[in-house]
Amino acid sequence: MTEYQNKSYSNSVATNWIAFYTIVEKEIRRFLRIWAQTLLPPAITMVLYFIIFGNLIGSRIGEMDGYDYMAFIVPGLIMMSVITNAYGNVSSSFYSNKFQRSVEELMVAPVPNWVILWGYVAGGVARGLFVGLIVTLLSLYFTSLQVHNLFVIVTMITFTAIVFSLGGFINAVYATKFDDVSIIPTFVLTPLTYLGGVFYSISLLPDFWQHVSMANPILYMVNAFRYGILGVSDINIWFAYGMILVFMAALTGWCLYLLNKGVGLRS
Amino acid sequence: MTYALEIKELRKTYGNGFAALKGIDLKVEQGDFFALLGPNGAGKSTTLGIVSSLVNPSSGQVSVNGFDLNTQRTQVKRTLGVVPQEFNFNFFEKVYDIVKQQAGYYGLSVSEAEPRIEKYLKKLDLWDKRNNQARELSGGMKRRLMIARALVHEPKLLILDEPTAGVDIELRRTMWEFLQDINAQGTTIILTTHYLEEAESLCRNIAIISNGEIVANTSAKDLLGQLNKTTFVVDINGKPELTGGNFNFRKVDEHSLEFDLEKGQVLNEAFSELAEKNHQVISIRPKTNRLEEVFVDLVSTSDQA
Repeated sequence: MTEYQNKSYSNSVATNWIAFYTIVEKEIRRFLRIWAQTLLPPAITMVLYFIIFGNLIGSRIGEMDGYDYMAFIVPGLIMMSVITNAYGNVSSSFYSNKFQRSVEELMVAPVPNWVILWGYVAGGVARGLFVGLIVTLLSLYFTSLQVHNLFVIVTMITFTAIVFSLGGFINAVYATKFDDVSIIPTFVLTPLTYLGGVFYSISLLPDFWQHVSMANPILYMVNAFRYGILGVSDINIWFAYGMILVFMAALTGWCLYLLNKGVGLRS
Repeated sequence: MTYALEIKELRKTYGNGFAALKGIDLKVEQGDFFALLGPNGAGKSTTLGIVSSLVNPSSGQVSVNGFDLNTQRTQVKRTLGVVPQEFNFNFFEKVYDIVKQQAGYYGLSVSEAEPRIEKYLKKLDLWDKRNNQARELSGGMKRRLMIARALVHEPKLLILDEPTAGVDIELRRTMWEFLQDINAQGTTIILTTHYLEEAESLCRNIAIISNGEIVANTSAKDLLGQLNKTTFVVDINGKPELTGGNFNFRKVDEHSLEFDLEKGQVLNEAFSELAEKNHQVISIRPKTNRLEEVFVDLVSTSDQA
């Protein structure tokens, strides 16, 4: 028994909570500080979508699944902004911390890896939901939104933000240069989102492409969220819940494995 | 006895096959002011990186204040403060926020953290800069910020990797006084430095690492005792007329001589010889840092081995 072992140097629920809160506060302060890079662009982009696809083109398309086109695309566009911002927040923030080596502040401190992970994920979720709220408020200028099932709306948007924050974390861990944090959003996330039923119902597609679309996880998230707002969906929403929970568990396991091994962090 | 740091058979081979540490052993007592010296690439930063959880060891044992790094890493981290060689904070954060965040990572509540942040920022002359972004600070201020950050959880062992690199002489002296003060209050300090004068002035014990092996580990006094000769430079009145003699006097310039003082010889004899030639000594100084001579000797021996 050493002199120091008489005093508790272990972590407690309180110390872990303070560490978690510190990371989340830092992450939120970061995206608010650089709001012109984080909050303004999605707001402008989505307003353009609403005007061009919703108003100008949408008025010629007519109805989709029984709703006017603007009302149909709004849930998908909200989800799209949540996905890209949750992912982008964690990938760019964690990679910047690696690049500036400020991640070492966390590595030398007694912060458990799961606290580090969920601190960054909570920061990504916060930005995703914040941007989602901005886009929702902007959409109200163009159309009225209904609430078919609030539970589905809240859980689906939060779970989606968590899944893509975890994805952003993995991207940042493997990234060795800034280009690496833009490759996945550009070449994977954006195509999957556009092909994930944001702008159309997959019932419009030929059978073959309908089946191909079913392999796209974003399709389930967009449709489940649309179900929460409009009450219409191309897919079974319980299947969507099952799938998203499996993704959350698998990605969490992957992230913790990377942190425990120190991949991209410790030589 | 519980050591502040105890390292046994520590090895590190990097992915490219470079063996940075070849089985080193090291013990640092509680309350010590210890220097880990070595040329670039000798393994100093790797050693400190392993102790700080920034580098994975290949094998070996490390314990900090009696806690084993492998099995009690959380406790190790709680008793350890680290000041790395490179700036490793977010340059866009404010000075106050950087220290506050670190306090948060250690689980300090706001009420515990705030008085400490104020105390250390004031002690390190950064209080007036607390609302500045870190990137606006000078190099010396950035180093002091890293020290304040490392102290906010009041560690028992403070590790500093080149703490005064790039810091001007006046500020370096101020930092030495600060570190001596921290050490006097009971914090064990381990530092690496390229300024051997710094190690000689501050540290009671010194280890020298070369090519991944410890080539000396003893008290500063014993280490300096290994010197067989010291070269001194004397400034004199008038032109130097003395060369050779018992001390091998050599002319440096129109008003200076240098000579070697072998182990066992005393300075008085050298002064007597100078007085015989009517040279009045105005000042005397060692030609090089004494520790530097031992250091160069040990490291060059290790290189040849």
